[in-house]
Amino acid sequence: MTGLEYWLPVIFFFLMGIALFLYIILDGYDLGIGLLFPLASAEEKNVMTASIGPFWDANETWIVLGVGILVMVFHNVQGSVLASLYLPVTFMLVGLIIRGVAFDFRLKAGLKKQNLWNQLFFLGSLIASTCQGWMLGSYITGMTNTPINILFSFLIAISLPFVYIVLGASWLLIKTEGELFDKSLRWARHAIIPMGIAFLAISIATPLVSENIAEKWFTLQNFIGLLPIPLASALVFIGITWLLSKPEILKAGWEWMILFGMVIICIMAAIGLAYSLFPYIILDKVTLWEAAGSTDSLLIILVGTCIALPSIIAYTIFIYYIFRGKATHLTYGEN
Amino acid sequence: MELDPILLARIQFALNISFHILFPSITIALGWILFYFRIRYTTSNQREWEYAYYFWVKIFALTFALGVVSGVTMSFQFGTNWPGFLEQVGNIAGPLIGYEVLTAFFLEASFLGIMLFGKDRVSNKVHLIASFLVALGTTLSAFWILVLNSWMQSPQGFYIENEQFFVKDWFEIIFNPTFPYMFLHVVNASFLTCAFLLAGVSAWRIKKNVDGPATHRVFRTGVFLAVVLAPLQLFIGDQYGLHTLKTQPAKIAAIESIWESGDGVEFTLFGIPDEEEKKTHLAITIPKLASLLLTHDADGYLQGINDFEDAHPPVAPVFYSFRIMVGIGLLMILISTWGTWTLIRKKDLSNKLLTAYSWMTFSGWVAVLAGWYVTEIGRQPFIVYGHIRVAEVAADHTGTEIGITLLTYILVYAFLLISYIAALRTMSDNPAKSQTLIHDYSSTESLGK
Repeated sequence: MTGLEYWLPVIFFFLMGIALFLYIILDGYDLGIGLLFPLASAEEKNVMTASIGPFWDANETWIVLGVGILVMVFHNVQGSVLASLYLPVTFMLVGLIIRGVAFDFRLKAGLKKQNLWNQLFFLGSLIASTCQGWMLGSYITGMTNTPINILFSFLIAISLPFVYIVLGASWLLIKTEGELFDKSLRWARHAIIPMGIAFLAISIATPLVSENIAEKWFTLQNFIGLLPIPLASALVFIGITWLLSKPEILKAGWEWMILFGMVIICIMAAIGLAYSLFPYIILDKVTLWEAAGSTDSLLIILVGTCIALPSIIAYTIFIYYIFRGKATHLTYGEN
Repeated sequence: MELDPILLARIQFALNISFHILFPSITIALGWILFYFRIRYTTSNQREWEYAYYFWVKIFALTFALGVVSGVTMSFQFGTNWPGFLEQVGNIAGPLIGYEVLTAFFLEASFLGIMLFGKDRVSNKVHLIASFLVALGTTLSAFWILVLNSWMQSPQGFYIENEQFFVKDWFEIIFNPTFPYMFLHVVNASFLTCAFLLAGVSAWRIKKNVDGPATHRVFRTGVFLAVVLAPLQLFIGDQYGLHTLKTQPAKIAAIESIWESGDGVEFTLFGIPDEEEKKTHLAITIPKLASLLLTHDADGYLQGINDFEDAHPPVAPVFYSFRIMVGIGLLMILISTWGTWTLIRKKDLSNKLLTAYSWMTFSGWVAVLAGWYVTEIGRQPFIVYGHIRVAEVAADHTGTEIGITLLTYILVYAFLLISYIAALRTMSDNPAKSQTLIHDYSSTESLGK
């Protein structure tokens, strides 16, 4: 393989990882807010939606980019990946549809129907996040449906919502104050324990479902080299769990540390996963290079990506800057 | 009974794309119209334009949300329903879809935040720029997706090796012969759809006595837009048809239900096409008109269905859809002329006129769908015209699997469509801003209590 033939698929594998990682963090916090919805009062619900209002549309676009890269770059496997995940993908989409529109409808369909849309906002978020967990689990196990693998997918399906809940609560810590802040703190505290257990269980289970992954991690040399990944995750986890029990520190301007810590944990998980999969795009079956399109075609996408992605990141930062600070109410600015 | 998976997969994809197209067909134009409202306010300082903006930006946000979520579904369905499509033409379709996501999707979704909720936080100038970028994003999105779609209608600029398509010339692919016709026809259709939506909702509000000065400005905007764009659409559509005769004569044969090739072909105004007997029952025909319209020669030669044995689309749906589209187009010309005539003579808006306009509120949707069916069903049995057949690229899900998901989609979409129209109605029934002074719909605050 020449340089480009080797590197282009690797670059796009990396970019796809980045896009899906950003999706998990960004849409993760707004899905998490959907999951927390039933626990909030009517007034709090409005603040919660206000805190994600300007962002959720763009957040959701990252999954389109992630899947977009799968579809446009690795088009020799996109069919088998998406076709094997047909049912969870479909139900995830239905979930995303329902919650996305519920967000808007709850304000526009009139007071009488607001409650219905509140419930649908929760339900859609729940369906979407469990299906995403299921897809992730299925994907890691190479989409072969042995009973063990199904159990593994199930484990991730029930774990991912907890990750999202913690992300959502951490977002609210940054965006809210007063009673809702205290509530968010409680939510985060309750959800972080099951999340920790889930991360541990998944880390133990992953090498069990694939010999290849086990081999990659558990030769002595590799293990020592890779040790910083689980170690860092564990340390950060302990750190944020401790911080959650110290509201006075959080209120003194350190509330962003929780979300920051979550991001670090997710980065570690993503690195671990990427290392486990590489060089396969479908574990043990298809490599990146077998799956990728022609070099010419990849090159033209890369050119576009190199121009577009930095600007996307720049204006995303700009928008987060504009809507910085505590959320109050969502208005269209009619005064 | 075994359900035919390919037919179900097609119905499912058609359902999704039909549901999806409704919302972009509003937002593409509404983005620019909102930008126009904002510009009018900025230059004239008349509050009415701001009120018009506030009312319609909420409809825009709702429509946009529905477009986004159904669009996300589309991006997945390429893979779930037609895996073979991207396996074969991925080198061409991949970058086009990629450029749509990178240049358009992010742009519109990101700046929408500022446009909707950032008015108090940024200067008027930044807000104008954000609104402009959202409108630009929706249009760019349409650009890329129509490049791909038109390329599937008239593919060029590629070579085939081992059953895979490779790019020879991007310029030829992007500016394929069908592209300019399709792009103009679709964007104009969006403006027309919007024009009738604006006028229709405003007419409804005037009839219900919940109107203010802003409502009347919006009504005028809709009426005047339509009176220019509806005849223009007829012209663009005609040119598009003449072009299609060259690239896809089988589609034209189905549109006009021409069964046998020949000279001086009669034009079928209406009838019931019957593919088995290869004739049109109860046909109302005008001699030689089809030849005259399509070749500009009363004795011109036209190809019939018989020339395209197993490579022609199903006749009846294409035939009917075309007549529905044209019928609505003509109705639009008629009603917008009536509206314009009333407005320029400064006559009172009669109850009849207002009723007519409120009935026409969603007429654009029907025409857009009918038009899409003509184009897409007319392309059958191919997915990439002349090269790949739909049946070759389908996924091998069981009929039951597709049946279940299809049913789910039908239920969800029906529910959402009803909710959308109901929400529009709720918003329309609220008294205009200038009537109330209380911000009854402006914020979440009043709703939460």
